[in-house]
Amino acid sequence: MPLVNKGQIVSDGFVHLADDAKLPSDGAVLVSATRFLANAESLSARNSPVGVIWPNNRSVDELAPWLDRLAAVALVFPTFRDGRAHSQARLLRERHHYRGELRATGQVLRDQFTFLLRNGFDSFEVKKDSDAHAFAEATQRYTEFYQPTGDGRQTALERRLRQRHSESANS
Amino acid sequence: MYAYDEIDRTLINERVSEFRDQVKRRLSGELSEDEFKMIRLMNGVYLQLHAYMFRVAIPYGTLSSAQLRKLAHVARKYDRGYGHFTTRQNIQFNWIKLADLPDALADLAEVGIHAMQTSGNCTRNITADQWAGVAPGEVEDPRIWAELLRQYSTLHPEFSFLPRKFKFAITASAHDRAAIKVHDIGLRLHRNDKGETGFEVLVGGGLGRTPFIGKTIREFVPGRDLLSYVEAILRVYNQYGRRDNIYKARIKILVHELGIEKFAEEVETEWLQIRDSTLALDAAVVEDIRSRFSYPAYEKLAPMPDELKQAAADPQFEAWRTNSVAPHKVQGYAIVTLSLKPIGGAPGDATAAQMDAVADLADKYSFGEIRVGHEQNLAFPHVAKRDLPALWRALDKIGVATPNVNLVTDIIACPGLDYCSLANARSIPIAQELTRRFANHDTANLIGRLHVNISGCINACGHHHVGNIGILGVEKNGEEVYQITIGGRADENAELGKLIGPAVPYAEVADVVEDIVEAYLALRERPDELFIDAVKRLGVEPFRERVYATR
Amino acid sequence: MTSPLQQKIKITGPSVVTANRTWDGVVIWRTNAKDWSTDLADAAIVRTADAARALLGESVADDLGAVGAYIAPVEVDESGAIKPGNLREQIRVDGVTIELPAHA
Repeated sequence: MPLVNKGQIVSDGFVHLADDAKLPSDGAVLVSATRFLANAESLSARNSPVGVIWPNNRSVDELAPWLDRLAAVALVFPTFRDGRAHSQARLLRERHHYRGELRATGQVLRDQFTFLLRNGFDSFEVKKDSDAHAFAEATQRYTEFYQPTGDGRQTALERRLRQRHSESANS
Repeated sequence: MYAYDEIDRTLINERVSEFRDQVKRRLSGELSEDEFKMIRLMNGVYLQLHAYMFRVAIPYGTLSSAQLRKLAHVARKYDRGYGHFTTRQNIQFNWIKLADLPDALADLAEVGIHAMQTSGNCTRNITADQWAGVAPGEVEDPRIWAELLRQYSTLHPEFSFLPRKFKFAITASAHDRAAIKVHDIGLRLHRNDKGETGFEVLVGGGLGRTPFIGKTIREFVPGRDLLSYVEAILRVYNQYGRRDNIYKARIKILVHELGIEKFAEEVETEWLQIRDSTLALDAAVVEDIRSRFSYPAYEKLAPMPDELKQAAADPQFEAWRTNSVAPHKVQGYAIVTLSLKPIGGAPGDATAAQMDAVADLADKYSFGEIRVGHEQNLAFPHVAKRDLPALWRALDKIGVATPNVNLVTDIIACPGLDYCSLANARSIPIAQELTRRFANHDTANLIGRLHVNISGCINACGHHHVGNIGILGVEKNGEEVYQITIGGRADENAELGKLIGPAVPYAEVADVVEDIVEAYLALRERPDELFIDAVKRLGVEPFRERVYATR
Repeated sequence: MTSPLQQKIKITGPSVVTANRTWDGVVIWRTNAKDWSTDLADAAIVRTADAARALLGESVADDLGAVGAYIAPVEVDESGAIKPGNLREQIRVDGVTIELPAHA
């Protein structure tokens, strides 16, 4: 499963660690929410990067105390039709000001890339190779956006107002 | 009319190109049907019994003549020469080929219409009172807010994969023609004690398997806060709405299970966090949208022109005028409803030729504007009263002047088992038979206002729960049988109908409705006691007795 | 989405597999030649749950050719002529039971 990070296909620097697997002394690891919460203090004090796979039925508020020490949060789309992680992503970015890697996992398809980007994801475990290769094309298709999100893009309403102001300034 | 600008047009064209690519990937096998299904649904493409069905949005029920002509063009070029207007201000084409869809969408995009989010678990077409902007006594034109909501909800990155579909309806009149109480979110624009305008927000209404009347979650939300309040509701729903059972996934179930107070608390907590975010609507932003709605340059006209006085001698014209013409906020003008319910016809269907002719007449008599109502009729919102006689003759010629608006033959019906893959029983032939039974206009007029709504399955696209007489088709041992309810209504006093007794076979439905109507005529206190009021006063029992005494 | 194959298959009489053709949506039936036909007369008839499952399996596997395949009841008379087994299927064979609005 290819990983797209910041628009590029990259190899995954994180090792997915099973709950009963021994914690390696170094190297980036991605652990389950259960494992993370059980050892949050020691895990987040680790010298190498730690990320957590956060289920979509659990409030991201619980992660708030650890966010500045987490290298990655992986949110889950069991199918692309289950959109809970879209809200979780926006809350992590816009309410909790999380700045680390925000990864989309599960059934991640080309047709959702733009939505995912707009919600603050910057890393994608893409289900199909062809979709991963089409990342640039798929995310450049849209140039107009109606609603404000934390991605900072100018919305249609803002653009219109700005255009109107520049028109009236020129007239 | 709302004029799309370059931004709106660009976005629609980008969506068309994305969908063209998606169809291409489906037809090449790159996308499986499992992956493609939700993608096509989010662009209004269903698979029905005989073919694909294509549903096009008519936001807040407003169409220009150019748009209506384009719908006629799509009907003619890509379908079988007709379209079906639905209960949610959409039009459906029943015979479209998947391979043709991108071209049909590109044609529609030329006039700024699209099929985005006419299905799928996302915010659907924002519907409104079809008399918005012209109804006397309206607080203000609710379509400005509907347009803001349309833009807000279109391709929303967070809320395109909700637990289930999500429907908004909005009105600014005391009399609700938009059925806001049976929507996921109903919005009533009103003025508070301080004279400020804002919204009463209702949530959790809906029909289907588990019908609920919407509950007021907040009496007053200022316009500035509309989007943040809506976002708070959607976010709570997206996180907590049930996803384990499709029949329990609508917001009405969440509201019901949590209770409206608890649900309101969750929304309030979320809202306080985002109320002053970039979602807040500055007056300038609202003004900008308002400025792009254009209104006709009305003339100063006499309230009672000579043309109308002369035509009053013609009883047929008078029958139509009394039935289909409503007061307008501007003196000398009227709102005219075009009945898509001819005797023996399929409710809501219009041929391409009719659509073209209606578009021409709209140019001539209604400043090029047409409205679509949830009762599956069309309307001309700005007709000079002096033109009414000429307009009537022209409408009659194309078969859309049946004087039956709001009468027993003005039936709402879903496509039913003739077209729909979800249906258990047919709806259209039932409606057709009923219109034949009550074809006599004097009889229908004597009966007075009476809404008959028919659905071919529990999903209730025909709004049977809120019909004064509701008819629900179900299948029993391989036969079509129909459950009959009475007392439902969809307006500001919305209520769900009550079952009158055991289901009846296909062949007996029209007889039963006749019995109910006869019982009403015998039982009503005065000729102006409406059917719905008589049922309220008497309850179901006398009607039940009459219907089942001989069955 | 639950695959149709994961659902319990129960048939009470002669049955066929029907679907809609992907590119245009036209009603089609699975034939004995592992292909599709727009004519019910060409349909492969199955009479046991196992045979129905097998026919449905190969039909569903043709994801590119057909959409929404399912098992539908039919009646077969002495001469071998196939008729739809319920109203829904009859409507899919014969078309709507009402007159279509006049062609424009």
